[in-house]
Amino acid sequence: MRNIWTITKKEIKTYMNSPIAYVLISVFLLISGYFFYNMIWWFNSQSMAMMRNPYYAKQLNINRFVFEPMFHNISVVLLLIFPLLTMRLFSEEKRSGTEELLYTSPIKNSEIIIGKFLGATTVLIVMLLFLSVYSIFGFIYSKPETIPLIMGYLGLLLMGMAFISIGLFFSSITENQVVAASLTFGMLLLLWVLSWSGQAAGPQLKPILTYLSFFEHFKDLPRGVLNLTDLVYYLSVTYFGLFLTQSYLESRRWR
Amino acid sequence: MIEVKNLLRKYGEKIAVHNISFSVERGKIWGFLGPNGAGKTTTMRILTGYLPPTEGEAYIAGYDVVKYPLRAKTHIGYLPEIPPLYNDMTVKGYIGFVAELKGMKGKEKQRGVGAAIEKTGLAPVKKRLIKNLSKGFRQRVGIAQAIVNDPAVLILDEPTIGLDPAQIIEIRELIKSLKENHTVILSTHILPEVTQTCDGVVIINEGQLRAAGSISELQKKFKEQKGIYIKTEPALEMGQLQMVAGVKSVKADGNGYKIYWEDESLGEKALFEYVKVKDVLLKEWRIITPTLEDLYLKIVSSDKGGIQ
Repeated sequence: MRNIWTITKKEIKTYMNSPIAYVLISVFLLISGYFFYNMIWWFNSQSMAMMRNPYYAKQLNINRFVFEPMFHNISVVLLLIFPLLTMRLFSEEKRSGTEELLYTSPIKNSEIIIGKFLGATTVLIVMLLFLSVYSIFGFIYSKPETIPLIMGYLGLLLMGMAFISIGLFFSSITENQVVAASLTFGMLLLLWVLSWSGQAAGPQLKPILTYLSFFEHFKDLPRGVLNLTDLVYYLSVTYFGLFLTQSYLESRRWR
Repeated sequence: MIEVKNLLRKYGEKIAVHNISFSVERGKIWGFLGPNGAGKTTTMRILTGYLPPTEGEAYIAGYDVVKYPLRAKTHIGYLPEIPPLYNDMTVKGYIGFVAELKGMKGKEKQRGVGAAIEKTGLAPVKKRLIKNLSKGFRQRVGIAQAIVNDPAVLILDEPTIGLDPAQIIEIRELIKSLKENHTVILSTHILPEVTQTCDGVVIINEGQLRAAGSISELQKKFKEQKGIYIKTEPALEMGQLQMVAGVKSVKADGNGYKIYWEDESLGEKALFEYVKVKDVLLKEWRIITPTLEDLYLKIVSSDKGGIQ
């Protein structure tokens, strides 16, 4: 446990010492702020219009019209920027030769992997904490439901963790950060668009492709529904990524 | 302290290290010699647990590096060819991080970091970022991280490469001072370095162990002999020198000759008598002791000629 914390601490410090994390967090907040502003603005104008008809006004729900679409948009933003956050995790150690220090220290490979994973996850959590400021505005000017909001953040956390573990794997197989980021990005995009081809695929393939897609599992969470399948899906993708990384690191030494 | 048995390592089909065995006892410094690509780094990487051997065994402080890697690793300090430094850490922060990696905590860690900084003379730069350090200091930081947990075995891969002469001497003195508490293996291309710092030497070429032992042992084993370098004015004739009693061979070297004896105890006197009789001016009379360089070149070049 202490070894994992040693690595996590080091990763967090590295993120803090380099501009990467600051730039990514700023870009993330800027874009998500833009989305939030637009949604609110649209919601406002709709509210004004519907004031005339009390029946329709009751239908208006800030969770459904602002936060739900915002969570979806943000999940796409995460997909776009996370390859850049994870690309250096192993590649940089490989390129600069510091991996020799890690692999000759009395510490297990799995501890290194989990330590690095938790380091990047910390950045994710910081992003989500900043993001939650937007929902505070929601509470000041309206009465959103709390559960769907919490579930939305939980969903982003779970999805982000899956992104990180995939990024971690691709970072472990190359010493070139751009290659690592490109492969991660390609893989994440593929897992996103799988459900589209699922629409066209035959009846046997369709449920499989749909199941594998990232965003299919992000439909219910922002509505406040936590399905076991969604939870299992994100956690197993995360585990799978970490497992692949571990297998690759072990096998590489024997070649 | 270090024991290696029949080590074999392949990269794909290529054999990098072939059946190497040797052992080093506590408190000694051993030098690894060999041309580039001879298998020195591979051997060191196996000892440190970075690479597993394809066959064979290696023991550090009694622990098998394959079966008990974590235990073996706690007894090793390792400086790779490229010092494994994180450029955006401070010197002290970095050494503290390595100490934690090696499982040190609290006061033990503080003491270890303090002692490592003290021994390597890093105190004046301990708060600086590693990326701003000169090459000599970077190398010292590399050594400091290797000794931070006071390991029984130190493995240093080319510790003086790329340093200026003054820095080389400093690092060499530092390594010598480490001998008291650590068993050290270092690899190098610089032969005088081995003669000056090491108790024993392992010569590797083309993945095979060519020689291992103390320097005097090796000299005996390879029948390197003493001789005399002689320079006179006017120069003597080579043919005549060969006729002097007890002389085995004569080689021209610059303006003088290198003379080797059949029997060291008899030859010198006969040669001196001969010079006296010839009545020439004796400019130089010097005993040639075989250097490690001669030995090394003999071993390595014999491989090139295909003589096994």
